[in-house]
Amino acid sequence: MRVAAMMAAVLAATVLAVPAGRAAERGADPLGSPRWEDMARSLLSGEAYVFDARVKVEAPDLAENPMLVPVTVDATALPDVKEVLVFADFNPILEILRFHPEATSAYLGFRVKLQQSSPLRAAARTADGVWHVGGTLVNTAGGGCTAPSVGSTSTEWQRRLNEVTARAWSEGPMSGRVRLRIIHPMDTGLIAGIPAFHLEALTLRDEAGTPLMRLEISQPVSENPVFTLYRGKRDGALQAAGRDNNGNTFDVRIAP
Amino acid sequence: MKRLILALLACVSLAARADDFDYRLVPQAVAPDVYVFVGKTEDFDTRNGGNIVNTGFIVAPQGVVVVDTGPSLRYGRQMREAIARVTDKPVLLAINTHHHPDHFLGNQAFSDVPLGSLAEVQRGIASEGNAFAENLFRMSGDWMSGTEVVVPTRTLQAGPLEVGGRRLRVLALDGHTGADLALFDEGSGVLFAGDLVFNDRAPTTPHARVARWLASLDTLDAMLAGGGVKVLVPGHGAVSGNAAPIRRTRDWLEWLSGSLRQAAAEGLDMNEVLARPLPERYKALPVAPAEYRRSVGHLLPGIEAEALGAGHVH
Ligand SMILES: [Zn+2]
Repeated sequence: MRVAAMMAAVLAATVLAVPAGRAAERGADPLGSPRWEDMARSLLSGEAYVFDARVKVEAPDLAENPMLVPVTVDATALPDVKEVLVFADFNPILEILRFHPEATSAYLGFRVKLQQSSPLRAAARTADGVWHVGGTLVNTAGGGCTAPSVGSTSTEWQRRLNEVTARAWSEGPMSGRVRLRIIHPMDTGLIAGIPAFHLEALTLRDEAGTPLMRLEISQPVSENPVFTLYRGKRDGALQAAGRDNNGNTFDVRIAP
Repeated sequence: MKRLILALLACVSLAARADDFDYRLVPQAVAPDVYVFVGKTEDFDTRNGGNIVNTGFIVAPQGVVVVDTGPSLRYGRQMREAIARVTDKPVLLAINTHHHPDHFLGNQAFSDVPLGSLAEVQRGIASEGNAFAENLFRMSGDWMSGTEVVVPTRTLQAGPLEVGGRRLRVLALDGHTGADLALFDEGSGVLFAGDLVFNDRAPTTPHARVARWLASLDTLDAMLAGGGVKVLVPGHGAVSGNAAPIRRTRDWLEWLSGSLRQAAAEGLDMNEVLARPLPERYKALPVAPAEYRRSVGHLLPGIEAEALGAGHVH
């Protein structure tokens, strides 16, 4: 029932949506969040936006584990996406990550920590500067941002910090898909005595050094992040380089 | 509209019945002097008050041995009252098979008698008990009021255990959690398997190590094959006279880990794994969709790490 109502609202918003994104035409927030105006002001810096069902955010209606909420952002139905910003209205740290699909699809799968039930949104900025906003509601028991990482309670990760494992698929139904996992505690800094310690940048390049995707990563991304993306028909090795907020860096080659 | 009103009325009457916080525990005699309180094959909620678990007791010549104490103080107290209606012998020992909340949160009602468990279960209850209890307060509501964590202090070891003139045998196994106790009553041939065995209810996996769990099931299966075990008491679901629940628990675990491994090898992401339909044979299995969802969260990250580790990074 709730899902059906939500779908109807999303469809209605799509019909109302127009590229110009002026207030009168962009419609009301399909997710009915009391925080939306704040989000538009602080995260979209008051820039033009439109609610747009072509920006799909997939996540469970009911997330069993608030530390590990799977999210799939798919803005591939939009032309010429320059940047995608992912955020949650009711998280203590709003921004989750930002990705720039320089030579990949505007698609990214990963997992987030949610502190409480919240809209989970993606805003995709197209070449004309307009933000196209999609999202979904996630219900969760909460506590995801103020629970310690497993890493912070053990020492094993220290040895393996920033270790990258990855795989690329070049044939079959997953052809073009790349998945990579980085060992990092992703501590939010919201727990007394455990300072913020998180990945903040990741760049994927092809063999020739051409950037494929650039990510700016914030604390709400889950511990030991796993990213799923598409590099399309490109073959060959990949290069993954990144750093965390403590200045630890990595730069690895992912063989084909 | 009429249907909606009827549904609302049904809810109201159910809620009214739950208001007295009576679990209506009725001991089922599964062998002479051995009784089981069989819980519902459901998830925790405010109607069942957490009574989704099997607990039991053995009446020994000099007293009573309790196996698991249920999900709340109220449950523990009502269990003790139900035991007193069967025998006036004193409770000599209450055992927690493992550190999951529905198996130990009734300990308070037995805090005047020795509470026993494997050593690692004591550590698990001490470190995770409060978080579990909070979770149950959220899911089962006022049924839980007054419930506090009591850590068992008597450490049980694998091997023979004589209590009140009755010969028991402790099996120290693992896999459902880091330490799973099974208890065999030599006199009656009743085997309390704890949560290593689920019967007609999808298994839970928050602390599971599937390979270890399967090995423990082999141990239990061998015990049943050797004869001597007349009654198998699973942690959840109906009591059984044969090994079928062991086979069905194994079938689920093998399917689950096999299917997650395959998904990770194929490159599926978590949302795609969650969207996979359950096999036809699990369509009627109680709580199967919810346990599958939870198990994906528990088990996929580790399986995925292995699958990606098999990729090529230099
Ligand atoms: Zn259990």
